[in-house]
Amino acid sequence: MVTVLTETSATEVAAQSGESHSKDELWLSGIETTEITGWSMKPEGFCKDDVCVPTPSGRADSFVWGDTVNVSAFWDLMGKPVVRNANADVWLLGEGASNRNDALLSLEAPNFTLPDLDGNLHSLTDFRGKRVLLITWASW
Amino acid sequence: MFDSVKNENFVIVSVAMDGDVEAARPWIEAASPGFITLIDQNHLLSSLYNMFNVPQAVWIDESGTIVRPVETGGSLDILKEYDPVAGAFKPEAVERSKRAKSTYIDAVKDWAMNGSASSFLFDPDEARDRVPSMSNEIAQAHAKFQLGQYLKRNGRNDEAETAFDESRRLHPDSWNIYRETAERTPSGLAAGEEFWQKVRSLGDKQYYATIDMEGMPD
Repeated sequence: MVTVLTETSATEVAAQSGESHSKDELWLSGIETTEITGWSMKPEGFCKDDVCVPTPSGRADSFVWGDTVNVSAFWDLMGKPVVRNANADVWLLGEGASNRNDALLSLEAPNFTLPDLDGNLHSLTDFRGKRVLLITWASW
Repeated sequence: MFDSVKNENFVIVSVAMDGDVEAARPWIEAASPGFITLIDQNHLLSSLYNMFNVPQAVWIDESGTIVRPVETGGSLDILKEYDPVAGAFKPEAVERSKRAKSTYIDAVKDWAMNGSASSFLFDPDEARDRVPSMSNEIAQAHAKFQLGQYLKRNGRNDEAETAFDESRRLHPDSWNIYRETAERTPSGLAAGEEFWQKVRSLGDKQYYATIDMEGMPD
């Protein structure tokens, strides 16, 4: 099994078998790709909402093979961090600096959903209509 | 700290950047029940808001717009004025630190009461100028850190350490990454000799950036 993490999820997927992929590549089925990342393969390329990243011409086989997608290659192409452990059985698909910077410069406070001590989830958007003082701290 | 700031249009959302929920629990249980305290084991907020120390504060208005970007709240940069022989901060530094705290709390109160009429808000251009810019290395560091936290929670400590090493190297300015992953003293603080060495090696750099607020001591 391979665990694929995003900043907000952890999903177990069956390890790719049959083909021998490099440890530097994370291949997922089209369905898994969409479930985990929200991105999908379309004729125009790798797409989410109204954004599409075209599959590089001449190198299509290293990005898409049958029904499988080289998610790590697309992630890298988009300038987003994709990291893994040495065994390549835990991957994390992160968010890129330019998206983070754009989001912060829009001045719309980035939303998040986090648990309280009892495990109840709260989102920043739950407090819309109120002024929010967001404060971080730590025990250490 | 903010007990006296009460207003139905105002809420404090406090977030503990603690990989270990149990380490945060006693602090949360001792805090004012008026607080909403959330736990951020993966330091998602560091990544979303480009934070690299605690405490940090962000003011967000009723529409979800940032009106004061991420900044050190009422904490003053007095760390280098710690006297290891006396085991305490110099009295003059403590005094300035108290003034910084009360100045900040007064500003929060003003905003809680007066909302958009408060003089402590930045207009959009001023706010954008104060948004810290994230580099690719920092984004990569957050990804490595989150990978490490997952591995650590799953008992894979050696692999976690590898990820943390890379994360610290990619984002050497992050106290959040360093302290969360550093050795703790018996009292649970990541403030051993190595920490103080890092503080001393800051040179002219600040541990807490002085915030841009009228009345704040230097």
